[in-house]
Amino acid sequence: MHPAPSIILFTTLSGLGFGLLTFLGLNMPDVDGWVLFTFFFVGFALSVGGLLSSTFHLGHPERAWRALSQWKSSWLSREGICAVAALCVLGLYALLAIFFDTKVAALGFVGSALSLLTVFTTSMIYTQMKTVPRWNHWSTPLLFLSLSIGGGALLAAQTAVAGLFLLIATLTQAFAFWGGDRRFKDRGHSLKTATGLQNGELRLFEPPHTGTNYLLKEMVHQIGRKHAQRLRVLGLVFGLALPTVLLLSQTVGHVLAGLIVVLHVGGVLALRWLFFAEAEHVVGLYYGKHG
Amino acid sequence: MTQLPGPTPKKLGLVIDLDTCVGCHACVVSCKGWNTENYGAPLSDQDAYGANPSGTFLNRVHSYEIAPKDAPAQLVHFPKSCLHCEDAPCVTVCPTGASYKRADDGIVLVNEDACIGCGLCAWACPYGAREMDMDAGVMKKCTLCVDRIYNENLPEEDREPACVRTCPANARHFGDFADPESNVSHLVAERGGIDLMAEQGTKPVNKYLPPRPKTDAQPEAEIDVLAPLLSPVATEAHGFLGWLDKTLDKLPGGAT
Ligand code: SF4
Ligand code: SF4
Repeated sequence: MHPAPSIILFTTLSGLGFGLLTFLGLNMPDVDGWVLFTFFFVGFALSVGGLLSSTFHLGHPERAWRALSQWKSSWLSREGICAVAALCVLGLYALLAIFFDTKVAALGFVGSALSLLTVFTTSMIYTQMKTVPRWNHWSTPLLFLSLSIGGGALLAAQTAVAGLFLLIATLTQAFAFWGGDRRFKDRGHSLKTATGLQNGELRLFEPPHTGTNYLLKEMVHQIGRKHAQRLRVLGLVFGLALPTVLLLSQTVGHVLAGLIVVLHVGGVLALRWLFFAEAEHVVGLYYGKHG
Repeated sequence: MTQLPGPTPKKLGLVIDLDTCVGCHACVVSCKGWNTENYGAPLSDQDAYGANPSGTFLNRVHSYEIAPKDAPAQLVHFPKSCLHCEDAPCVTVCPTGASYKRADDGIVLVNEDACIGCGLCAWACPYGAREMDMDAGVMKKCTLCVDRIYNENLPEEDREPACVRTCPANARHFGDFADPESNVSHLVAERGGIDLMAEQGTKPVNKYLPPRPKTDAQPEAEIDVLAPLLSPVATEAHGFLGWLDKTLDKLPGGAT
């Protein structure tokens, strides 16, 4: 799949943002006034910034409000609704907590739940795609949730929780690489099932057109896959494993925490790029790919 | 609504005969023509006369080579457009309600006024049947020529999809798959019509007729009908030619 920068930024930043908001809604850390304001500012900036950047890849951003209408069937619609609801509820909670010094625990709790639900619905947009076997698996929501909770805990200065969830994310990511590399074949997709031409050796003789098209650009992206192995190791080690070890092995001061955040965000961006760039869509079969 | 309507009373779709398709791309051109001039946003091209042209098409023809072990290799031309699936994943993923499957005849359409161009439906389609129009920013797909098949302003014989009407090889057939007596149902039954990528669970309405096996290849001697006319007239040379032949053989480097 085409690794669109707007989508990579959106899923990474809003994942972090909603992760942070989850903890703020649970009153973790227990702070007030300007300190709390700063925490909420970062949380909203990341989540809203992510949401805005995701509208950049739409053909008609001015109609985006329509995307809230199909919650009965569409995960993208559900994501939009959860995101708006989470931001409204936590906005109210933050307003009361910062300016009126009243923390309504129930409101914060609902906001936290909605934040996690938003991350889950985001992950389900990818997980539901049977056409992309690498994504179509329970490890995808687990990965998105553990990254979001781990990263959010890191920003919310909850080092032990952060370490625990980044450990889960490390293991899930490693498993997702391993399982994802096999799944396309395991599902039995091939040029033979795609065309129904069964008896004999089969190959693409001629594509339908000499140039490129939307399908090839959007879904048969293959540029840069040669760097995939190196990026995998970099992302896994520096973005997840090293932060996990640092968080779990010692008391983390401000400077070290800052360094871990930079490592982690950089690593997750690389991993998210791979999440798209490595994903094989079955339509590639018709163009002689993945065979 | 982007929920699926459940079983539809009519199931309109196409049968594509891989045995007779000659790969002329006439259906591709007629589809582009009709759908640029009629329903919805025109099918735009980008850099059409430049170095790197591309454009929106609702129907494309691939070509595959199939080499059976015990028979000559075959070239199979493979037209592909929306299969108007019964369990259309492209419809249910749509967040806006722009994508829908018609409850009365099962045609899958996009309401271009509601489409935000998110592209999710194109991801959900296993067959590459949906293409975003880069000019209009909305999703385009085969409409089964919904603006022809019910169009009473057209002569009766033109009330079928443009691709079907155009195909010079008669490789495309249009009809109602819910009716077991329809032309398309008969073709599927007689020729063993198949679903593409059935393991995706989309239940396509369109069916493909596999190419007939070419197992009756003629023995080589019979194929070569001109052989008797071309065989050498004289095997041994006489007279002047015979003398020349022998003399040349005697020269150094001649036959031994
Ligand atoms: S072929 Fe693709 S676009 Fe057409 S109904 Fe099936 S899934 Fe949807
Ligand atoms: S591109 Fe348009 S039709 Fe397709 S899912 Fe998005 S809004 Fe729906």
